[in-house]
Amino acid sequence: MSNTLFDKVWDSHVVRKIEDGPDVFFIDRHFIHEVTSPVAFLGLKTRGIGVLHPEKTFATADHNTPTINQHLPVEDPLSANQLKTLEDNAKEYGISHWGLGHIKNGIVHVVGPENGITLPGSTIVCGDSHTSTHGAFGAIAFGIGTSEVEMVLATQCIMQPKPKKMRINVNGKLGKGVTPKDVALYIISQLSTSGATGYFVEYAGDVFEDMTMEGRMTVCNLSIEMGARGGMIAPDEKTYAYIKGRQFAPKGKDWDTAMTYWKTLKTDKDAEFDMEYNFQASSIEPMITYGTNPGMGLGISNHIPLADAVKGGKATYEKSLKYMGYEQGDSMLGKKIDFVFVGSCTNGRIEDFRAFASIVKGRKKADGLTVWLVPGSHEVEAQIREEGILDIITEAGFVLRQPGCSACLAMNDDKVPAGKYAVSTSNRNFEGRQGPGSRTLLASPLVAAAAAVTGKVTDPREFL
Amino acid sequence: MAYDKFNILKSTAYPLPIENVDTDQIIPARFLKATKREGFGDNLFRDWRYNNDESPKEDFVLNSDKYSGKILVGGRNFGSGSSREHAAWAIYDFGFRCVISSFFADIFKNNCLNIGVLPVQVSEAFAEKIFNAIFDDPNTEIEVDLPNQKVTLLGTGESEIFEINGYKKENMLNGFDDIDYLQNIKTEIKQFAKTRPF
Repeated sequence: MSNTLFDKVWDSHVVRKIEDGPDVFFIDRHFIHEVTSPVAFLGLKTRGIGVLHPEKTFATADHNTPTINQHLPVEDPLSANQLKTLEDNAKEYGISHWGLGHIKNGIVHVVGPENGITLPGSTIVCGDSHTSTHGAFGAIAFGIGTSEVEMVLATQCIMQPKPKKMRINVNGKLGKGVTPKDVALYIISQLSTSGATGYFVEYAGDVFEDMTMEGRMTVCNLSIEMGARGGMIAPDEKTYAYIKGRQFAPKGKDWDTAMTYWKTLKTDKDAEFDMEYNFQASSIEPMITYGTNPGMGLGISNHIPLADAVKGGKATYEKSLKYMGYEQGDSMLGKKIDFVFVGSCTNGRIEDFRAFASIVKGRKKADGLTVWLVPGSHEVEAQIREEGILDIITEAGFVLRQPGCSACLAMNDDKVPAGKYAVSTSNRNFEGRQGPGSRTLLASPLVAAAAAVTGKVTDPREFL
Repeated sequence: MAYDKFNILKSTAYPLPIENVDTDQIIPARFLKATKREGFGDNLFRDWRYNNDESPKEDFVLNSDKYSGKILVGGRNFGSGSSREHAAWAIYDFGFRCVISSFFADIFKNNCLNIGVLPVQVSEAFAEKIFNAIFDDPNTEIEVDLPNQKVTLLGTGESEIFEINGYKKENMLNGFDDIDYLQNIKTEIKQFAKTRPF
């Protein structure tokens, strides 16, 4: 029988099928962080049960950490308590913990792959919807709620009905200035913010084959923004090369065994999907969002659509534009910007800072603009220094902050004030996502760089 | 650990006919700093519900005297975005036991089921009928009958069947949760774990 990549990985992790119910699904790797784990540990304590596989569980603090002065005590008592709770729980249950200040610390979806924890054919969950990132390696990875975090801690399993299967093919060659972020925002704009709900996506075609691992992570990361539980890409030589030698990656004979298995991880020729989409790379230009969900995006040279031209409720659409302070038919180019944020599990990797630097090199930060450059991990931070990117951005008037989720969800002090506009390389432009009343325009690191030196929405191709 | 049992719920409802209500709206991230599951209802829909000076926004449905009840009726694609279970906790803590929508985001739906809040998915047409019925008469009652998987507008008697898998239905009816189930098959899980290469 022909199977998809998703079938192969899913079916090999089913412990038990429940009739008229979910599958009991085994989890190989469980990432936990400070925000969605405390109540799960409380649950274990109430039930009087332990953690079944602490060695398959990895804790890192990221959502609620400051991105400056990390050597000082965390000022906000609630945040400090949450970080301490994670540390205490990790210690009590024997879980590895990369807390604030630890050399391995960073955003969970950046440090997992960096350390070789993320492997092809494995199943990975975390109490965070952007867990889909790890699908870039041919893993089944998805976000879960706190009740499920407790289940995984207790039994290394969750109860999940098998999602339907979707394949998204993008073929051809991407144009100048078009990045993986643009590919993802384009797909979401075509499918809408709920277009893949109920599905698990496989990305296939030239564009994803040509992409770097960092780029694939960006694409898979954003799968949830069209409602998909996750997205994955078949592993190939690039995947193996990325993993080899990393701390937790298989070594020696184990590596050879793993490679034999990994090479089977591709969709069979005749395998069927419940839904399939085909797009051409040539239709994609640098993207930007104009509304309050990630599906409300367009090519940067386009105008905001008229209410009559969009699917869905007119009232909801108008509410969204009103929140953004935009009018139907407006051009996005030239829109004034107050903040720029480069970072997050979507675009906080070395390649993203290289892209940012490629435009700001020899230019200056625009006056009156606040720019937050937040690496996804200490390892990314170190690479930024080693590659001379720090010199370039410093010369251009920018400051590099310390790792964390930061302004992507604004749980810490990195908040965009009410009414202000931010071009952000993160993943959500929801109302108030980057601070109460903040207005977010999602875009690639190149678009962020072009905005950072001009103070307005600017086509990055002008600088390339 | 048992949660509330759900059988037949008869209640008035709050209407929120906005599409794509994401979990950042249901509970903004800045209220996720707790380490216990307490008091989230106070911050349910915080930024839609309160002005910057903490005064209630009069035009928001949860602040209206007209509406009441244990059912929240939301627009299409309810609960999208972040996986934060805090969104479901806030809905529960405010007093809701059921959310009705014509379409739910996956993770939110699971989170609701896992804490004993019943997500009821109805057709677009029936959702429209429910909204209209509530707007016409805020005291109109809705019956959510889990054993028969049926939602009824008691004013007109119009009803629709909704889906839920048999396993989850049993859990909801009896107040069981998944960990109870998983704990019982732990030997089988341990055996399985041995077969995993990494």
